[in-house]
Amino acid sequence: MKPRFDWIGAGLFAALLAAAPLFLNAYQVDVLNSIGLYALLALGLNLILGEAGLFNMGHAAFYAMGAYTAAILNTRYQIPILWTLPLSGLVAGVFALVVARPVVHLRGDYLLIVTIGVGEIVRIALVNDVFGITGGANGIFGISRPKLFGYVIRRPEDFFYLIWGFVALTIFLFLRLKRSRFGRALNYLREDEVAAEGSGINTAYYKLAVFGLGAAWAGMAGTLFAAKMTIISPESFSFWESVVLFMIVILGGAGSIPGVLLAAFLVVGLPEVFREFAGARMLVFGLVMMVMMVVRPQGLWPARGHQGLWLSGLARAVGR
Amino acid sequence: MEEFFQQLTNGLAVGGIYALIALGYTMVYGVLKLINFAHGDLFTYGAYLGLTLLTSLALTDRLGFAAGVLVLALMVMGLVAVLGAILERAAYRPLRQSPRLSAVVSALGASIFLQNTLMLIYGARFQVYPENILPATTLNIFGLYLPLMRVLIVLASVLMMVALYLFIQKTKIGAAIRAAAIDQDAARLMGIDVNRVIMLVFLVGPALGGAAGLMVGLYYGQINFTMGWVYGMKAFTAAILGGIGNIPGAMVGGLLLGVIEALGAAYISIAWKDAIAFCVLILILIVRPTGLLGERVADKV
Repeated sequence: MKPRFDWIGAGLFAALLAAAPLFLNAYQVDVLNSIGLYALLALGLNLILGEAGLFNMGHAAFYAMGAYTAAILNTRYQIPILWTLPLSGLVAGVFALVVARPVVHLRGDYLLIVTIGVGEIVRIALVNDVFGITGGANGIFGISRPKLFGYVIRRPEDFFYLIWGFVALTIFLFLRLKRSRFGRALNYLREDEVAAEGSGINTAYYKLAVFGLGAAWAGMAGTLFAAKMTIISPESFSFWESVVLFMIVILGGAGSIPGVLLAAFLVVGLPEVFREFAGARMLVFGLVMMVMMVVRPQGLWPARGHQGLWLSGLARAVGR
Repeated sequence: MEEFFQQLTNGLAVGGIYALIALGYTMVYGVLKLINFAHGDLFTYGAYLGLTLLTSLALTDRLGFAAGVLVLALMVMGLVAVLGAILERAAYRPLRQSPRLSAVVSALGASIFLQNTLMLIYGARFQVYPENILPATTLNIFGLYLPLMRVLIVLASVLMMVALYLFIQKTKIGAAIRAAAIDQDAARLMGIDVNRVIMLVFLVGPALGGAAGLMVGLYYGQINFTMGWVYGMKAFTAAILGGIGNIPGAMVGGLLLGVIEALGAAYISIAWKDAIAFCVLILILIVRPTGLLGERVADKV
């Protein structure tokens, strides 16, 4: 344990990142913004998948819920986009609770399949213009620019500070959460569900709570996405988004916040660096996923204390 | 009524295809307790290999329609079976002793890898099967006009399912597969080479999946590199519907899902066709996770 080094490292990283827009061009800043959004989403998924060990591959559905809530409220009722932030989180969170309630007890790989199904149903519903408010395959456009204390956030650099500010806040909150009673309960749940239940942890409650919380975060990330793009359509929330997020968490090291950040940089940033090989991006990731599971199942930057144990713990819980 | 029977037979044809793919999921699940996420992509390889062989070898021109398609189907099945065995060797065998969920991640990786390999080779656009391979005859069965292709697909899938059923139930190798599915360690003690059983399952399942891919190519005429995962998800739904790990269950589930989907698309809404299958999947997992004839799924200790 070298906590002092951790803080120095994190401080240096934050300072470097905060200064980045000063010497990067608009395109590079925009890439950093994408990385920030993915990091935000992956941090939320990390709670569900990494901390609690629940296989969720429909995270894009909650992201979409948030983005569409923000877009509809903004374009129909002229509510300033940033004000919709808590509401988007709430809608996505409640939706997740409703969806997860009947299926959250399912065994790992079945939960994975169900969440894929939920993600697809949401996407199909958006494409089919459900309730006549989602704009069908074209989506919703004309979302207004966010305003903060009278300052209109428009340029990539402005969004950079908005998004990464939110990421920093998220990291702070999730670190606190990780060290709380709630976080320990989740880890216990992940390592050995039966023992957790036996020690008086209400597993159903914690599973649902973490599902709702992770989804709420995805919903808020959706608002930021809608504000950044000013136009959203169902194709931004496809199954592959969920796969990419899943990959970020597994690759970085499930349950590890620095790991998730690192993987977000690698998975979103690297294809931008090697643009000429952009077509092979998913191919490489697929291969990496296969190789990682053999060579380094705990991820690139695993969380301290459970080097890959979470998988075996979960396996024990499912009885193999 | 005419419309209803048209949809019903269409549903049976699609359902037969789902059932063939579902058999691959269910057999692998039976022996390894693993959802082979890459199975849907092996199915896509069947469709693409079929197209390539069909256009490059011109089998139907040389051998005539019936023999040409038969030879083509056998070649596709053989090649996809080999692919399946390679997949097992590369993605699953190294993880045999690892926790099951790391095998799930590896399976997902394999699926992504296979799919994108196909995209890099053939490009992302839809590929079209040549139109003139099959005589565009319609058959008149009890006053119902059915396309020949549809009838052939139902027949071929039923034939393959019956063959597989007999193979599993009546042969010694089939008994070995069943034994390994019930208890691997006990099977090993009885002198069954479980590794070979697993290899065999990864040959037979993908072969059937590859045949299904070829059928989709011939039936719809259009194939795409991502279609494997939609078909795969639906076939998986079919496997769950019938009870995963259960071979007759996969057949029943496949046909049932095909019919539900065709009727749903006709009488509810075509735009929600894919959503109907996913709703069936979620409902069955909530209401009856054992499926119509199968194993326990929910994790309650």
